[in-house]
Amino acid sequence: MRWLVDNFDTVLDLTGTHLYLSLLPLLIGLVIAVPVGSIIRASRWARRLTLVVASIAFTIPSLALFVTVPLIAGLRILDPLNVVIALTVYSTALLIRAVPEALDSVPPDVVDAATAMGFGRFRRTVTVELPLALPVLTAGVRVVAVTNISLVSVGSVIGIGGLGQLFTQGYQRNFPDQILAGIIAIVVLALFFDAALYLVGRLLTPWTRTRRSGGSRVVTERSAAGEPT
Amino acid sequence: MIRFDGVTKQFPDGTTAVDRLDLEIVEGAFTVFVGPSGCGKTTSMRMINRMIAPSSGRIEVDGRDVASVDPVALRRGIGYVIQSAGLLPHRTVVDNVATVPVLTGTSRRQARREAMAVLERVGLDASLATRYPAQLSGGQQQRVGVARALAADPPILLMDEPFSAVDPVVREDLQKEMLRLQADLEKTIVFVTHDIDEAVRLGDRIAVFGTGGVLQQYDTPDRVLSSPATDFVASFVGRDRGYRGLSFRDGSSVPLHPLSTTRAESATEVRLEPSEWVLVVDEADRPRGWMDVTGLEGVRAGHSIDESTAAGGSLFPEGGDLRQALDAAISSPSGIGVAVRRDGSVLGGIDATEVLAVLAAQRGTEASERSRAFTESGPAAG
Repeated sequence: MRWLVDNFDTVLDLTGTHLYLSLLPLLIGLVIAVPVGSIIRASRWARRLTLVVASIAFTIPSLALFVTVPLIAGLRILDPLNVVIALTVYSTALLIRAVPEALDSVPPDVVDAATAMGFGRFRRTVTVELPLALPVLTAGVRVVAVTNISLVSVGSVIGIGGLGQLFTQGYQRNFPDQILAGIIAIVVLALFFDAALYLVGRLLTPWTRTRRSGGSRVVTERSAAGEPT
Repeated sequence: MIRFDGVTKQFPDGTTAVDRLDLEIVEGAFTVFVGPSGCGKTTSMRMINRMIAPSSGRIEVDGRDVASVDPVALRRGIGYVIQSAGLLPHRTVVDNVATVPVLTGTSRRQARREAMAVLERVGLDASLATRYPAQLSGGQQQRVGVARALAADPPILLMDEPFSAVDPVVREDLQKEMLRLQADLEKTIVFVTHDIDEAVRLGDRIAVFGTGGVLQQYDTPDRVLSSPATDFVASFVGRDRGYRGLSFRDGSSVPLHPLSTTRAESATEVRLEPSEWVLVVDEADRPRGWMDVTGLEGVRAGHSIDESTAAGGSLFPEGGDLRQALDAAISSPSGIGVAVRRDGSVLGGIDATEVLAVLAAQRGTEASERSRAFTESGPAAG
C-alpha cells in the first residue's frame, strides 16, 4: 500500500491512459453497433451471420490480436492505436449482439401501436425502440466497459501504457507492492465505471422508476387483464 | 366511408383469416366487428390502416384504394386504440396524446396545448398530464389511449378490444364515455370486440364474424338479436338474446308503485311482517339496501345498517329500457325493483310480471301494425 501512496501521481497518470484506451473503443463500438444492430434485426440471416462473425471475433485471444493488428493496419508495434483497434473489435462484437437483444426486449404491442399511429421505421427505431431498449442495452454496455478495462492491462505485455504496466514492472523487479497497487487501481476503476454507467442508465430512463402507490389495485387489474381475448 | 370489396386474407401457414369480405362502413356510424377468437375481426380492422395487407380484394377509404396510399400518411389520418392502450411507456401522458400532431409537424408546444384540451374532453384531470403511463390505473390509461387517437382529429377511429383489459365497472364507464364522445364527434368508428353485450351497447351497426373469417350478419343491434341471420349468429348472441333484446324496448310505460321506505336512523321504529321488506334510504332519499325481519332484529340488537341490510338489486333509471326494469325487479332481494330519478332518489317500485305485461302489450301493438301494413300494401303490390 505504501508504494501506491508514494507513487499516486504515476498511478493517476497511468489511470488516465488506461481509461482512454478502454473507453474510446467502447464509444466507437457503440457508434458502429447501434445502427448496424438495428438494421440487421429485420433480417434473420443477416442477424445469424453477424452473430457467427461476432462470436469468432471474440474468440481471438487478445494478445494475438494486439500483435497482429500492427501487421494488418501497418502501424508501429508500440502504437497505442493497436490496442484501440483490437478492443474496438471486441466491443463491437459484444455490442452488435447486445443491440438486437435489447431491441427484442421492447414490448411488441408498443411497437405495433407506434407503427399504427404513423411512425416511419427510422423515426420509430430512434424515438421509440432505442429509448425503450436502454435498460437492457445499458447492462450490455456495462459488461463491455468492464471487459475493456481488464483487457487494456494485457496491452502492457507488448509495451502499451496503462495500469497494466504496474504488473509488468512489478514482476520484472520482483516487487509485489507495485503489482498490488495495479490490481487495486484496476478494480476500483472497473467498479467505478460499472456504477457510473448504471447511474447514467437510470437517469436516461426515468419512466422505469415510476411505480404508483396502492399495490392491491395493480393486482386486480393484472388479473382482469389476463382474461382470454 | 370504408369499403371492403371481396377482401380475403390468407396467412403463410395456410389459415384463412378473412374470407371474401364485402362490407360498407357508413360514414359517421359506430360499427362493431364482433365474433369469437380467430374469426378475422381484428385482421379485417387492421387491413383498413394497412397494418396487414390483404391477399386479394381491395379496401377503399373515401373512395381511394388504401394500397395506393403511403401507409405512414394513411395511418396518421386514422386514430388507433388497442387493448391496454399501447401507450408509449417512456413518454408522459401529455406527450403520448401529442404524438400524432408532433409526427405531422405541429410544434411540440402547440401539440401539448392541444393535448391538454383533449385530455379534458375524455374526462382526465390535468394533474395526470405529467405522469408516465405506468403511474395510471388501467381505466385512466385507456382514456389516454382514446385521447391520443382523437388528438389529431382524424375522421376515422379504429379500436381493437380497447376495453377488454379493465374491470367491468370501469369498462361500463368507458363505454358510456365513448357513446358521449361519439354523440359530439360523429367519427366513423370501427370497434372490435368479442363481447356481444359490448357490441349491442355501443354499435349503430354490428358485423358478426364467424369461424373461418366469414361475415355472418351485418345489421343493427336489435335486428341481430331479434332475427339472427344464421345458426352461428343465433348461438353466438347466446341464450340470453331475448333478454338482451329488451334493452331496445322503451321502459317508460312500466307501472311504478309506492315503496315502503325508511331512513337509517328511524329503522328501529319500523314494523315488519315475516315476509315483508323495507327499503332503507339515505338523507337524499337514495336507496341503501333492503331490510327484512331478521335484519330489523339485527338493527334492534345494535348492529349497523350496512350489516343488517341486503344489498339492493340493480336500479331502474328514469327513462330506462325494459331490460333495466326487469333486471331491477329480479335482482332485488325483495322481488321489487327500485326505480330512481336522475339524482338517484327513489321514484317507485317495479313488479317483474308487470314488466312482462308491458312487453306483451308492445308486441301486440307491433303485430297489429305489421298486419295493417301488410293489408295496406297488399292490394297495391298485387
